Amino acid sequence: MQTPHTDDPARVAAFEARIARGEVIEPKDWMPDRYRKQLVRMMSQHAHSEIVGMLPEGNWITRAPSLRRKMSLLAKVQDEAGHGLYIYCGTETLGVDRHELVGDLLSGKAKYSSIFNYPTLTWADVGVIGWFVDGAAIVNQTMLAKASYGPYARAMVRICKEENFHKRQGYESVATLARGTPGQRAMVQDAVNRWWWPSLMMFGPNDKDSPNSAELTRWGVKKKGNDELRQRFVNLTVPQAQAVHLTLPDPALKYNEASGNWEFGQIDWDEFWTVVKGDGPCNRERLAARRKAHEEGAWVRAAAEAHAAKQRASTVAAA
Amino acid sequence: MSQGKPPDGTPDSQWPLWEVFIQPQYGAPHEHCGSVHAVDAEQALLNARDVYARRNEGMNLWVVPSSAIVGSTPEDVGPFFDPANDKAYRHPQFYKVPRGVKVF
Ligand SMILES: [Fe+2]
Ligand SMILES: [Fe+2]
Repeated sequence: MQTPHTDDPARVAAFEARIARGEVIEPKDWMPDRYRKQLVRMMSQHAHSEIVGMLPEGNWITRAPSLRRKMSLLAKVQDEAGHGLYIYCGTETLGVDRHELVGDLLSGKAKYSSIFNYPTLTWADVGVIGWFVDGAAIVNQTMLAKASYGPYARAMVRICKEENFHKRQGYESVATLARGTPGQRAMVQDAVNRWWWPSLMMFGPNDKDSPNSAELTRWGVKKKGNDELRQRFVNLTVPQAQAVHLTLPDPALKYNEASGNWEFGQIDWDEFWTVVKGDGPCNRERLAARRKAHEEGAWVRAAAEAHAAKQRASTVAAA
Repeated sequence: MSQGKPPDGTPDSQWPLWEVFIQPQYGAPHEHCGSVHAVDAEQALLNARDVYARRNEGMNLWVVPSSAIVGSTPEDVGPFFDPANDKAYRHPQFYKVPRGVKVF
């Protein structure tokens, strides 16, 4: 926006002092150009993830096994649309327009969470996504609810309240399948096997390989490192898996008495980078689905505009 | 992104911005909760309901064109609010009352 490319060092120092005091930065406050850019990048990626995240589960709405599950899934997917909108609206306070951000998503320029580039092969995937993916999102978003940028933090507070339902409905569905027929058990175990590692990757690269993360931490956007959050997620999830007698696909998983952590094996970072760079199982399919939805929605937007124009004309005529 | 452009040339998903205020319960003041894009006030209200009130979060919604909001400038926070800084006598603690008397 108006901020010059090289920021005045005195203003940067004053800004960093505000961050150090734990103050919350608001849209009209002065901020370093880099802070604004990093926030736009991070928040828009987050918003895109909510929107693209509707696709893998949306696939199953018409095939939900009962009306109860169908209602839950519809409500959850609708919430994700809401989450995308809250965060787009927060991103716009930084001086960008939503249509630019949506344009970057549809053109393939923008990134979103790589987890949504994996396929949902069976109904059990829907439960496991609620349990793992929304569970991981809660760990991450609870931290972001204390972010230094006010509009982002407030969106996260609202989102965290809704995510608890997402996780619980998923875990309930998983627990139901886990105590079902041998076929249902095998189906849910298979979904767990496929989603576990990609869920751990959701927290991003190890801290030492994450330059963006370091900068975001320095400015109080992120309050915890990727590795710490990932460990927290593993510690929360292992007992939940044990409670429903499901195995997590990691032979190296073991409890460390001294640290109180569940230690886990090597993450396949090659797979992570392959998916991030666009070659995951569903990258192309997801973008194609978003583009199709956007194009097919054009008539709705046109109709809304025509209606509004007609209303305006009749108000003028009546006046 | 070429479809659905309104006659005035604004891009298709970039309708005017409206700020949304929600009254969490009867008798409470309205609070700002976010914003929505909409072609007109009626659509802004419907969008605000779908985005910000899916779980009975409020009893009443206001939508206001964002362009109509005038705010104070964060940079001027000191001088702008300083008329209130030296007026301790506007607070009850400023006044001494006889010991042991219950004033309230
Ligand atoms: Fe979400
Ligand atoms: Fe969610």
